Amino acid sequence: MSNKTALYEEHQRLNGRLIDFGGWELPVQYTGVIDEHLACRNAVGLFDVSHMGEISVNGKSAEAFLSYTLTNNIRSMPVGRAQYNLMCNHLGGVIDDLVVYRRGKTDFLLVVNASNTDKDFNHIQNVAKTHSSSFTELSINNDSPKYTQIAIQGAKAVNIVKQVTNANLEVIKNYWFCEERVLNKIPAIIARTGYTGEDGFELYVPWETGPELWRALLDIGNSFGIKPCGLGARDTLRIEMKYPLYGHEISDNTSPIDAGLAWVVALDKDDFIGKSAILKTKQNGPARTLVGLTMIDRGIPRQGYAVFTDDGREKIGEITSGTMSPSLRQAIAIAYLNSSFKYAPGVKIAVDIRGIKIPAITTPTPFYKRPY
Amino acid sequence: MDFPKNLKYTKDHEWALVEGIVVTVGVTDHAQNALGDIVYIDLPETGKILKSGDPFGVVESIKAVSDLYSPATGKVIDKNTRLADDPSLVNKDPYKQAWMIKIELTDKSSLETLMDCEAYSKYVASLK
Repeated sequence: MSNKTALYEEHQRLNGRLIDFGGWELPVQYTGVIDEHLACRNAVGLFDVSHMGEISVNGKSAEAFLSYTLTNNIRSMPVGRAQYNLMCNHLGGVIDDLVVYRRGKTDFLLVVNASNTDKDFNHIQNVAKTHSSSFTELSINNDSPKYTQIAIQGAKAVNIVKQVTNANLEVIKNYWFCEERVLNKIPAIIARTGYTGEDGFELYVPWETGPELWRALLDIGNSFGIKPCGLGARDTLRIEMKYPLYGHEISDNTSPIDAGLAWVVALDKDDFIGKSAILKTKQNGPARTLVGLTMIDRGIPRQGYAVFTDDGREKIGEITSGTMSPSLRQAIAIAYLNSSFKYAPGVKIAVDIRGIKIPAITTPTPFYKRPY
Repeated sequence: MDFPKNLKYTKDHEWALVEGIVVTVGVTDHAQNALGDIVYIDLPETGKILKSGDPFGVVESIKAVSDLYSPATGKVIDKNTRLADDPSLVNKDPYKQAWMIKIELTDKSSLETLMDCEAYSKYVASLK
């Protein structure tokens, strides 16, 4: 049985094509993936991301607890800061990637992947229970049902958000947020974060106020070329940026080092879950590296396709995500390549597409760079 | 949804235009709509021998890869090379400009399992 977001009827009204995604009934597209993707790149796109999980961690022990549970350094975060972070297991595998919002000295909000919300919540509770003598003042709540999360992404997003809030958006830089009202009455977290590679915001409002804000943003956005965007465009936008997605580039068995996420792991901080395993991987060198590929000949690489050396003789890796890039009009992919293959950008390789080895080339990422 | 009367249809959403012993093949309006933006098409070389129900190619949208199945038994005598450069023709004009292959029939009885417009319309409606 699929969950419905507060915006379910809006999606129906907009003729969204609804699919089940991580237990949620959400639009994969409205008018078309390419159209929506390009609207986000060239103007602005509006996304219902209410399926994302929100876990609140509060209390005097919250900072120390999260410092132990997550890989990045949250102690250095001032109130109003957002941070990309990872939650790893003791073997150094990625339980989930997430964004942490520091709402107060002792108040944090963790935004996690929809399909992992229960797993993450259970893990966090278990860690708290196991270490209850160290973290005595801690309150952990799965607040996912309380929030509608709307992402408004694209160069014009700021012009639109400006019209629904009195908050001074000029001072909200990338990966910062404020808590202000929208539409003069709805309490909101207004965060300059997102998953598209564009400037933009993610707005967290009380669940039931979602439709009113959604409609207001579409109304105001109309003159800026706003389009509602589905999960399809969300995926192609993130692939163009080489942003990892749980289940594709990262998993419980993937090291952050392999995934190129060493920058999210603060190995210089006190002990945290997964530290010794990740340290070992770093010292020994990762077994594989996450890279970008562009097809030279026709064909679209997809998750699970094998990657070979240029001569097709040796298998050197596997595709994790691939698509036809709407911005570049080229087939692109993210792939793990074995460390035995000496990676450099611009090296010819081959992708096995339905039994035929098609030439491709390693490509620096992000594939897409925004022009502003 | 548009399903022309002069065509025959498969359960896999290909259409077939039968003219003498030549069958022109493409995918239906329902198929293109369900797939979304089509960005890649792989078609067989001419000369390939197909049996009814054999996969003859691949059509890919942004999100998914789908096999194409032959509605007839025979030999591929032509393919639409325009589709390689502009796969979106399948979305824009599935029955005319986006024809995919032409098959020269070797077994006319292979067409017997195909649906007419009315049966296919009912079939599509039953999928919802």
